[in-house]
Parts: sequence; C-alpha cells; structure tokens
Amino acid sequence: MSLEKTLSQIKGSFSDYVLGLTEYAGEQIIHIKGQGVIDVLKTFKDAGFNFLADLTAIDNLTLGGFERFAVVYHLLSHGSAERVTIKAYVPEDNPVLPSIELLWKTADWQEREVFDLFGIEFEGHPNLTRIMNPDDYEGHPLRKDYPRLGRKERYDFPVIDRGIQKQKRTE
Amino acid sequence: MTRVTEQQLETDRMILNFGPHHPSTHGTLRIIMELEGETVTKATPEIGYLHSGFEKLGEDLDFNQYITITDRMNYLSPLCNNVAYALAAEKLMELEVSKRTEYIRVLMCELSRIADHVLNVGMLAVDLGAMTAFLYGFRVRENIYDLFEIATGTRLTTSYTLVGGLMRDIPEGFDKAVLKVLDEVDEVANDIETLLNKNRIWQNRTKNIGIISKENAISYGISGPMARASGIDWDIRVNEPYSSYEDFDFDVAIALNGDVFDRYLVRMEEVRQSIKICKQSLDKMPTGDVSIDPDLGFNLPPKDEVYNSIEGLIYHFEVTMPNRGMTPPVGEAYVPTESPNGELAFYIISDGNRTPYRVRTRPPSLINYSIFSKLIEGHMLSDAPAIIGSINVIAGELDR
Repeated sequence: MSLEKTLSQIKGSFSDYVLGLTEYAGEQIIHIKGQGVIDVLKTFKDAGFNFLADLTAIDNLTLGGFERFAVVYHLLSHGSAERVTIKAYVPEDNPVLPSIELLWKTADWQEREVFDLFGIEFEGHPNLTRIMNPDDYEGHPLRKDYPRLGRKERYDFPVIDRGIQKQKRTE
Repeated sequence: MTRVTEQQLETDRMILNFGPHHPSTHGTLRIIMELEGETVTKATPEIGYLHSGFEKLGEDLDFNQYITITDRMNYLSPLCNNVAYALAAEKLMELEVSKRTEYIRVLMCELSRIADHVLNVGMLAVDLGAMTAFLYGFRVRENIYDLFEIATGTRLTTSYTLVGGLMRDIPEGFDKAVLKVLDEVDEVANDIETLLNKNRIWQNRTKNIGIISKENAISYGISGPMARASGIDWDIRVNEPYSSYEDFDFDVAIALNGDVFDRYLVRMEEVRQSIKICKQSLDKMPTGDVSIDPDLGFNLPPKDEVYNSIEGLIYHFEVTMPNRGMTPPVGEAYVPTESPNGELAFYIISDGNRTPYRVRTRPPSLINYSIFSKLIEGHMLSDAPAIIGSINVIAGELDR
C-alpha cells in the first residue's frame, strides 16, 4: 500500500489520536498522541512499512509543539522505498507512552536510550534501564533544561587525598 | 582418594566479564557473560563507556563546526560521516551542490568504505589468529589514508565537507595516486581471499557462527553489509540514491546464510564494487567549482586568501561570527546514507537559529550491536570475538 493511502486510512480510523499532518522538504510527518502509538505503528507495519529505521525524541521546550516531548519514529518500506516520520507527543507531567518492543526488537535499546537521555518512560518495556549513563546518574542530559555548560556533576565527585596532593593542600 | 559423585560437583554457572579492555572489543565495550562450561548461555552487553554527549554538543555548535564532531564518531570512515551530515544540513536548507562536489564526495566515501572494510576483515582475522591478512589489510589502509592526507590535510579528522560544498578541491594528479592505490587494493583483496576463503580453520571459525535470519535482521533494524549477508536486497546507494549515486554502475553484494563467513564475503565483494565506483567517478569527474554559491552569503573563502590577504580574513570573520552566517529555515531533515556499517543518518531539527535545535545521529553500530546477545547465545566463548568482529562495532559511534 502506498504512503498516501495508509495516511488517509490512519486519519480515518484513528481520528482520536491524529493531531495533524505536515510536510517538510518532501517528507511526510504525522503527529499523533502518545497513547495511540501501538495502533498507528501496527497499521503502518501491516501496510508494508516493515523497517523501523530510527527512534529518538525531541524536547519541544522552546521549539513549540503539541506537548513538551515528542518521540520520533522513522519508518521505511523496503517494498516501495518510501519513508515516513511519526511524532508521538507526551506531556511533561507524565512522560509515559507504550513500548513498541513487541513490534520491532530494535526498539529495545533505542527506547532505553530515549529513557536515559530524555527521561521518557516506555510502558511494557522488558528492561528499561539507563544505557549510556551510569545507573546512579541524576538528570536527563538531552532535555533542554539540563545545563549545556558548566561542571555540575564534576563538583560532586569525592576528593581523594593522597601523596603529593595532600602535601600541597596543607602548605 | 575419595570418589566425587556427580551431586558433589559444582554446577553453578560462571560469570565472565568480557571487556571493557579486552583486545578484541576494539574500543570500550563490556559484556557480562554467563557460561556453562565454555558455552555462553546469556550475554548482557554494557555500553556507554565512550559516551561523550555529541548530540548535546551539536546544540551549541553551528552547522559547519559540527562537521568536526562527526569525524570522531565512526573514526574508521570519517569522510562518510562528514558527507552524511552535510547532506542532512543541505536538505534542511534546501541547497543545491555542484556536480563536481557530489562526485568527489562519492569518491571519498568509497575510498573510506574500502579502508573500513579491509580493516574490519583484517581485524576479524587477527582476532581469530590469522595475522597475515591483518597485515595486508593494514598496509593498504595506510595507503588510502595517505590519499586522505593529500586531499584533506589529515588522516583521521578529515572535516572535508562544508554545508553546501567541500573544504577544498582535490589537488592535481590526485587521480593518478588514487588509481595506483586502487590497483594495490585489488591485489590485496585477492591476497586476502586466497588466504582465507578456503582456509579450513577460517571456515570452521566463521561458518554457521552468529546466524541472523532475514526476519530477525528486519526486526532488529540491521542494515548495511550485515543485512545484505542475511539476504536483504537493500542498498541505500541503489534504492534511495543520494549525491549522484544513480550515475554509477555497480552491483549490490548479497549473501544468503547470514553467518560471520557471509558477512566477510559481502564486505570483500563491496571492496571490489567500491573500486569500480572510484574508477568511474575519476573517469566522469565533471569540471567546475566545489565551493558554495557566493550569493548565499555564507561560503568560506579559500584558506590561501584567509591567511594571506586582509580582505579574505575580514570576510572569513564576517561569515564565522556568532551573529552572522547561515540561518536555516524552521524545519527538520533526515537523510539516510549507506555508510560502511549500514544506514547512517543525521536527523537535524532547526528552530531558525544559527545552531541546530537538535542533532540526532542514527548510529548503525549501536543498532547492529543490539542483536549481539541473541547471536552469542549457545555459542562457545571463543566465538564472541568472531561475532563482535563481524558486527564491526565502532565505539565512538556506538556511544557518541
């Protein structure tokens, strides 16, 4: 099935979830609500978009959008060589949306990365732990309100006094 | 001497820590393996040892500055990263580049693909004990890096592209140097295949190891040579051509078994096809300019002028000062490219400022590596280096 047909089918059957359709530089972007992500992606998968190329997120703090966070899915159809971008919006106070690990196994690590760097939780994920940062790390670095400059956490490192350093400090 | 009954023997599984500083991990990755005898029953990869916040850094650097960061991602083929990022930024700003620029980019991408594949095969071989293939591969890779040095000025941190063009044109006589190296590559590819293809030990160590089925490859998002070794006929250069790849005549290498041996065969065939593309690109090289259209107001002047004339220097400052230079429209662009590891894409979102709002890298290494724990299950511990080697994990790109 072609991309346009699938898009109109989704607009028809999931009108509660669909927030809008936009186009930039020839690429179709469909904006949906977070809770509808499994239904919409399953429809795309059945329509031939068999490959989840990329999964990431955007913090819309200053960019503006339907909600604070958008989880972005890039789908590819190996049959028709078409691509589509799906943006699922989740609110700031409760950033939770269903995991799509059941549809594509590649979502496992990529959802963990989004959880680690953005703090968005995925319901039903088998192992939602931090992947890039240490487990005891505080904060989510790719959020726009996380400081880009400065040495926030480096100041918290314990100071170890040994040998030469200790002598210098006492002088 | 007392007789030990079976009940008295220790039957616990052994936990083995593989990495982060194991020679065959090629960087810093750690795998916690559960062993029963020598068989791996469960493997948990731990990554993030080289996480350097490149995506966050992208929000502070302007479009041309970030190209230097892309060098550090896949450090075995930095030119492919440069090109992929430039393509994404150009799509965002809807810029057209000259035909000559596109052909030089193709030439450089294919040379890096050869260097990457030859090194990967060599590394895989040396991890399995075949030193000679590694040395052959390393020698020819060094020659290709010399070419990069001639064209870009450095071996590794090339930063060759600009948004809308190239840093500099290829020098005179570059084509002869390339042809000479390509002949050496052809010879070395033959040598490596003669050494390995029918080698009994090589076959035993690689055949039927780490098999990825077609369904699993799609489900795990595998791309590039790994996907093609599992029988997926998908090459972005052919199916979604970018940067004038549609002008070139080459075949897509495909294998059907999806094991380590097939991945090796696909890589060797891609080296041969890349030689073909390089030669075509040199033959058909269009004349023209590689710099950006000066009417746009953000083309950097040639380095000669910047260093040797006051006008050039002033103009350079005009372009690079924080409140000048390029201002892209509000929008986003995702451009998939075929890097040596698979689908490499940069997803740039712009809010109209000088710096991107967000830069996402679609890292083929990370996504290809996520299947590892499934592949190693049931295999022997000594197969782990073979599987890691065939995935070609580049830690810089894996953790970014």
